[in-house]
Amino acid sequence: MGKPKNKDRYKKGGVMAYKDMGYWQPDYEPKPTDLIAMFRITPQDGVDSIEAAAAVAGESSTATWTICWTDRLTANDKYQAKAYRVDPVPNSPGEFFSYIAYDIDLFEPGSIANLTASIIGNVFGFKPLKALRLEDMYFPVAYVKTFAGPPTGIVVERERLDKFGRPLLGATVKPKLGLSGRSYGRVVYEGLKGGLDFTKDDENINSQPFMHWRERFLYVMEAVNRAQAMSGEIKGHYLNVTAATMEDMYERAEFAKSLGSTIVMIDLVIGYTAIQSMSKWCRDNDMILHLHRAGHSTYTRLRSHGVSFRVICKWMRLAGVDHIHAGTVVGKLEGDPRTTAGYYDILREDFVPMKLENGVFFDQHWASLNKVMPVASGGIHAGQMHQLITLLGEDVVLQFGGGTIGHPSGIEAGATANRVALEAMIFARNEGRDLMAEGPEILKNAAKFCTPLKTALELWKDVTFNYTSTDAPDFVPSSTPS
Amino acid sequence: MKITQGTFSFLPDLTDEQITKQIQYCIDNDWAVGIEFTNDPHPRNTYWEMWDLPMFDIRDAAGILYELNACRKVYGDNHYIRLSAFDNTHGWESIKLSFIVNRPKVEDPGFRLVRQEVDGRSIRYTTQAYSTDKPSSERYRD
Repeated sequence: MGKPKNKDRYKKGGVMAYKDMGYWQPDYEPKPTDLIAMFRITPQDGVDSIEAAAAVAGESSTATWTICWTDRLTANDKYQAKAYRVDPVPNSPGEFFSYIAYDIDLFEPGSIANLTASIIGNVFGFKPLKALRLEDMYFPVAYVKTFAGPPTGIVVERERLDKFGRPLLGATVKPKLGLSGRSYGRVVYEGLKGGLDFTKDDENINSQPFMHWRERFLYVMEAVNRAQAMSGEIKGHYLNVTAATMEDMYERAEFAKSLGSTIVMIDLVIGYTAIQSMSKWCRDNDMILHLHRAGHSTYTRLRSHGVSFRVICKWMRLAGVDHIHAGTVVGKLEGDPRTTAGYYDILREDFVPMKLENGVFFDQHWASLNKVMPVASGGIHAGQMHQLITLLGEDVVLQFGGGTIGHPSGIEAGATANRVALEAMIFARNEGRDLMAEGPEILKNAAKFCTPLKTALELWKDVTFNYTSTDAPDFVPSSTPS
Repeated sequence: MKITQGTFSFLPDLTDEQITKQIQYCIDNDWAVGIEFTNDPHPRNTYWEMWDLPMFDIRDAAGILYELNACRKVYGDNHYIRLSAFDNTHGWESIKLSFIVNRPKVEDPGFRLVRQEVDGRSIRYTTQAYSTDKPSSERYRD
């Protein structure tokens, strides 16, 4: 054990290297109940990588900058986080992956706020580091079981909606801002009647001078119910209940419930505690909870500093949301294919094996915690249906905002084009056809009986967003010799 | 009106050959295919009548199609019939695919939306199928 042998350290006081205080223990084997965090550390020039890792371990657990005799009133060894492994990052000089183990007793059961206050509370501004990124976390089953998780989950959501075997289809109402409640409901009605399962408030639709939230809720639910009667299908609209206070959010959620909505929505910016509160409310009220990841790119996008979105996915599955936006790969927003596949696995699987080429650093058992439905939204259109289904699978909500509302023949036509493309592609997949090879042909054939799809395919055939990803995995899969 | 419940309702009505391929996909995934029928198309009518039990042990698409055609002979003229594939693996234990394979011969009269005005501008919505205005034995007949 790399424990400090020098008892005198407490007598002297003053500053001591973190690695000499027990925060660096290269022989430590994490206990089955330990939580593990994996950080990407970029030390300042001249700072040793091991000392930097030990400092992160110290600052995210028991340590402060000097030595305190009061440590000796505790079972200090237990409460110290232990950095036990530091590896250089492939192809990134000056960056290191460091693994840090935390005893489960450092954390309050079932509290994301408490977890994050420890893990990302202090260390990100620490001067000896140029940059720091939380890449991944491992949670032991003992800790996972302290969370209730998603209030509904993928399976029960499908049962409630009576929709199986295909991605769900949605659209965000556009324009995001400025529509009156009455006009807003029109967009919802046309979209749902045309074949969407869900429409959606955008992240910044709350209660503004142009549309009070009650107006929106009333008109939207008229539209949802009308569309339900016109199709014989269950429909929904994510009513965004994000507001300034919890009291306001509860008031809005209660109103949504009284009008018969199946789903409410919150933004990530409301904070972890508010998210867990709304999750609890949804569980008590048979409501699906949609989370829009508003703001996440401020800390998830850059590879050297911040918190990886895969960690946010894990936190949100624990906190308990039913939907989370997790990238499209082919759309307008950031999304490397392998990194995105890693997010989707974390959200949807019961056991997620370590997969470095997808950026997944740990085996993770979810112990039957409900699954989260990923949402793919942003710059996607019907012509990409074969790619979307191949990359994202069927347990996903595909949201075509511009790709529905921007259809030249109207919103209803846009919705129908997307629904026909979706069903035709799933149908072909089930028949055993090769979607990536035959996708365009399958769409063309479907367009023969669906004019709106024909129009959509022609209009958007050249739309792609090909930019280099800022958050690709560090490990490339080694090619197997043929 | 055309009711669009089920996985493939936006496609043209399926031929027996197409249905067989979808059944084969379910069998290949080790799902049990069940045949269900109803003359109450309300979107929240979960429990359609079962045409016998889900076919856990029939591993032959033609055998399932045979059962479907037997069901059609009895109920096809004035009922909806759907195939539902059930996956009993841990973590799912529910339906994986469900699609309509038969519609009543007469056009569906659709749904009435009943609005009950309550407090303020709030409205309680109720959806009612026009077809269920009649007793079961008289639905979907000319």
